[in-house]
Amino acid sequence: MARIGVFICHCGTNIAGTVNIAEVLEAAKQMPNVAFVDDNKYSCSEPGQASIRDAIVANRLDRVVIGSCSPRMHENTFRRTVASAGLNPYLLEIANLREHCSWVHGDGKETTDKAIELVRKAVNKATHYEALFPKQIGLTKRALVIGGGIAGIQAALDIANSGYEVVLVEREPSIGGRMAQLDKTFPTLDCSACILAPKMVDVGQHPNITLLTYSEVQKVTGYVGNFEVEILQKAKKVDHKTCTGCGTCWQKCPEKVPSEFEVEMGERTAIYIPFAQAVPPKPVIDVDNCRYTKYLRFVEEGKEGKKPPQCRICERLCPTGAIDWEQQDQVITERVGAIVVAIGYQTFDPSAYGEYGGGRYPDVVTGLELERLMCASGPTEGEVVRPSDGAHPKTVVFASCVGSRDDRMGRSYCSKVCCMYMAKHAIMLKEHDPEVQCYIFYIDIRAGGKDFEEFARRAQEEAGAIYLRGRISKIYEDGKKLIVCGEDSLMGRPVEIAADLVVLATGMVPSDGAAELARTLNISYDSNNFLIEAHVKLRPVETQTDGIFLAGACIGPRDIPESVAQGSAAAAKLATLFSQDTLITDPLTAVVDAAWCVGCFLCQEVCPFNAIDSLVTDTRTVAVVNEGLCKGCGLCVADCRGGAIKLRGFSDQQLLAEVSALWR
Amino acid sequence: MTPRVYAYYPGCTLHSTAKEYDVSARLVCQSLGIELRELKDWTCCGASSAHSTSDLLSIALPARELQAAEEMGLPLAVACAMCFSRLKFAIHELNDQATLGLVSDIIGGELRNTIEVVHLLKVLEEEKEDLPLKRPLTGLKVACYYGCLLVRPRDILDFDDEENPQIMDHLIEALGAQSIDWGFKTECCGASLPLTRKDIVLTLSHRILHQAKQLGADCLAVACPMCHSNLDTTQREIEAKYKDGVGLPILYFTQLVGLAMGFSPKQLLLNKHLTDPLPMLKEKELA
Amino acid sequence: MTIASVITPSPISELRTSVEKRSGQNILECYQCGKCSAGCPTAYAMDLTPRQLMRGIQLGLKDEVLGSTTIWLCLSCQICSARCPRQIDIARVLESLRILAIAEKSKPAEKDVLLFHRIFLGLIPRYGRAHELSLGVLYNLLSKHFLANVALLPKMLTKGKLTILPPRVKGASEVKKLFAKVRAVEKQ
Repeated sequence: MARIGVFICHCGTNIAGTVNIAEVLEAAKQMPNVAFVDDNKYSCSEPGQASIRDAIVANRLDRVVIGSCSPRMHENTFRRTVASAGLNPYLLEIANLREHCSWVHGDGKETTDKAIELVRKAVNKATHYEALFPKQIGLTKRALVIGGGIAGIQAALDIANSGYEVVLVEREPSIGGRMAQLDKTFPTLDCSACILAPKMVDVGQHPNITLLTYSEVQKVTGYVGNFEVEILQKAKKVDHKTCTGCGTCWQKCPEKVPSEFEVEMGERTAIYIPFAQAVPPKPVIDVDNCRYTKYLRFVEEGKEGKKPPQCRICERLCPTGAIDWEQQDQVITERVGAIVVAIGYQTFDPSAYGEYGGGRYPDVVTGLELERLMCASGPTEGEVVRPSDGAHPKTVVFASCVGSRDDRMGRSYCSKVCCMYMAKHAIMLKEHDPEVQCYIFYIDIRAGGKDFEEFARRAQEEAGAIYLRGRISKIYEDGKKLIVCGEDSLMGRPVEIAADLVVLATGMVPSDGAAELARTLNISYDSNNFLIEAHVKLRPVETQTDGIFLAGACIGPRDIPESVAQGSAAAAKLATLFSQDTLITDPLTAVVDAAWCVGCFLCQEVCPFNAIDSLVTDTRTVAVVNEGLCKGCGLCVADCRGGAIKLRGFSDQQLLAEVSALWR
Repeated sequence: MTPRVYAYYPGCTLHSTAKEYDVSARLVCQSLGIELRELKDWTCCGASSAHSTSDLLSIALPARELQAAEEMGLPLAVACAMCFSRLKFAIHELNDQATLGLVSDIIGGELRNTIEVVHLLKVLEEEKEDLPLKRPLTGLKVACYYGCLLVRPRDILDFDDEENPQIMDHLIEALGAQSIDWGFKTECCGASLPLTRKDIVLTLSHRILHQAKQLGADCLAVACPMCHSNLDTTQREIEAKYKDGVGLPILYFTQLVGLAMGFSPKQLLLNKHLTDPLPMLKEKELA
Repeated sequence: MTIASVITPSPISELRTSVEKRSGQNILECYQCGKCSAGCPTAYAMDLTPRQLMRGIQLGLKDEVLGSTTIWLCLSCQICSARCPRQIDIARVLESLRILAIAEKSKPAEKDVLLFHRIFLGLIPRYGRAHELSLGVLYNLLSKHFLANVALLPKMLTKGKLTILPPRVKGASEVKKLFAKVRAVEKQ
């Protein structure tokens, strides 16, 4: 027979305000197997917990029922209390008298009656509880960081400096991400590449970091501490072990294509490094555009007509013979214990705005395109000129919230950084040309960060930018000028400006492939394809999946310091995980009774966490639950036709006991 | 196979101030084997006055024409952009059963709201590959002016892109002419204000004409009698007010198609325009 | 003591409720970005820009809103609705305001515009179709702008653009009945 202790919490007035605690206690005394009852003002407090602990010991209780707030709040707390009294922590059942009772019903007899029923149900279930023991699993203390932008770089460096090995996977030929494309960063106006490059070099040289560029994560299996990751390494056609990065090949390559790094405002060659400070500083060959690979495909496909040139100039000129046409795409498998996702963002494509020209007007550029124009290492060597005719613009107009705060474009959110980068652009343009006049059409000025408000003021007061409050409705070409039609809502009058250059402050959107990667990792993403953190306020760099962390703009629009902080935060969380030698699993998992299992594997089909494995015994093949992956959702239990699977903590006997308590 | 017989709703102005649109449309369609069967006893769609003052009236008046087309069992081709817009709006509103019931009561008789309404521009644009061109309009630079009513709102009219429509441009280019890329394709000309606020019509129409002229257009092509009137009849006043003698002829797209197919300016009633297109056409050796 | 030009906002107002019901639009979604006013072809001539009008509805300023030139100078060109980032059908809101203004018998700030509409709608049940000459003559008389557009008349007549006699359409009598029925329904 069980000796159950029932402890009812007042929770201040949260429960006691609508539930008659005394009546509940009285009723509990009468319930079968109840040996002791007590109430507490705040059970979760130190004195509250102490009183429960003392009662367990003094009364030789072997089961505990606590009537309190939701188990989501304090189940773990109370498990620890019970354990500290020497009792198995899984001999505890919580009756939710707050979220399920006092908070959703008014004052009255029915509310108290319901509370009594909830306690009765808990008592009945607890009677059938068994002690449960978590298992220990090993973990591989190696980390995977997906994404080599500033967030991923910071995470990788911090993890590596903590003494753990890191594999950093980046799909572009170089790490650096968006930050490498920026000219200056607000509000300090540091040269972006100058502050980024040292960190990039550190990554490239760190003994604990294995840098896999031009690579993508294809498949992930396993669970926290024990992930198995398949990584596709795209063929670079250049042997990076022999290549010295001398640059002869890309200087001589005759094939020019638009450069992705330059946002197609400049060119690169078919064999290339994306920018001068690239890490690794060794090239890849773009096989879609390389003349020789195009020739090879032509021959292979047996096409008719004039053969394209064979070229192979890079191969001929390479002093170390590093060109390797035979190199193929490779898939490698890495075993890691935790993953940090830092896949960053890209900018909104404004060609969806027909009223701004739909991408037809060369002198209507995006914020990122302007960065490249302003950048001394950019396509115009830092000369801010109009793409159409190379003239220096004297009147520059900015449009804020392009692709942000716009339901019509399916992007209702604010991209956070655009107000600041427009102010930065206005200040920089004035530095480039004292005669320039900037007009910034805004709806609000969002300058919440440190020194941001002062920076925005600087744009107005020192750089003379005129801020006009109102969204632009239309831009059209008139000769060499672009006519911008807006409204100054503060004066309440329509405004027209003849601009030489228009800059659209395009918002941040998730990187291409974010949703697919999330599905590969089995983590959540929202309707905008941003990845979802475990708790927006309190767990900003974790996901609902143990062992997978997030950092940076892949979560949502944010700036560089936030991304850096999150990279470090994710690294710290990961280091906490790795500070243990084994991991404790939650014992509330499913378990297969092999004697009853017929091996139909319906459970495996329905399991959302891939937690059912097959086990070959000497007689047949049966299902077995991987307790590291199992989340205890119960789908397999419900689907098992033979009743061979049981869910610990929710057995048929325990659940039916709850039903019989309510069905009196 | 696109239908070659249509019920035809000209709209009030096509029998008066926009007669040339009606005549040129009929000439061209007949020549192409497209039959336009005018709705018997058609009446006004209500134009802007109905929808500015009464929701129900603005649906009931065009519903009458929809009913007539339903009785004929033919898709309804419309010439006037305003009528086109009002008919499409009516179809949209009549999708609601309660409204359909109410309006059927008001107009009497049966109304099923099953008829397809199509603008003449689309009818002719679909023919663009097969137009028998006797006189290709080579060397003619046309600014295609769509106005507001053909393209907005997109989800109700389902006609073309709202910001940079192309249907008229494609048709014009199929005639051998060059259509210019300009930013005023769908900016309003002043609509129904010529009697009440002429000043606004002059301002808006001047902007459109000036821009087209700047970009080297020889003429404008239009698909709406209101736009035609606002842009054609005001040029003297515009010149007086803005000291800008634009002198740009405004032609209905059907007249341009007709010209390319070999009809004479007289047949196409080009002489009816207040801003005479003949000197320009003669200079281009197109008339 | 209230000063005339000082606003006392009424966030929950009969004006807003009425407009929202008629137009089916949620006026509070407007975040006053100004894109509508920026694209409106006649905003330059209005006393309240479309954005200010929306603000007026949000604050319940009935007299300003119904007494504005805005609602009568709106051309229903739909540019505002097409570009609004909150996807508010602003043209429909303006339309509802016109109808509301008429129902409330507000004094129209552009009386000629309303007069034009009334004359137009008076001719339709009579003739079944519009007749420009009647419309023009009646307008000039009733608006007392006797010489409006008179300079155009000779050219229009010689070019045969104006039909002298009004159209004779059998359907006119049906249209007359239609008008009567509509009025009857609206009275309810």
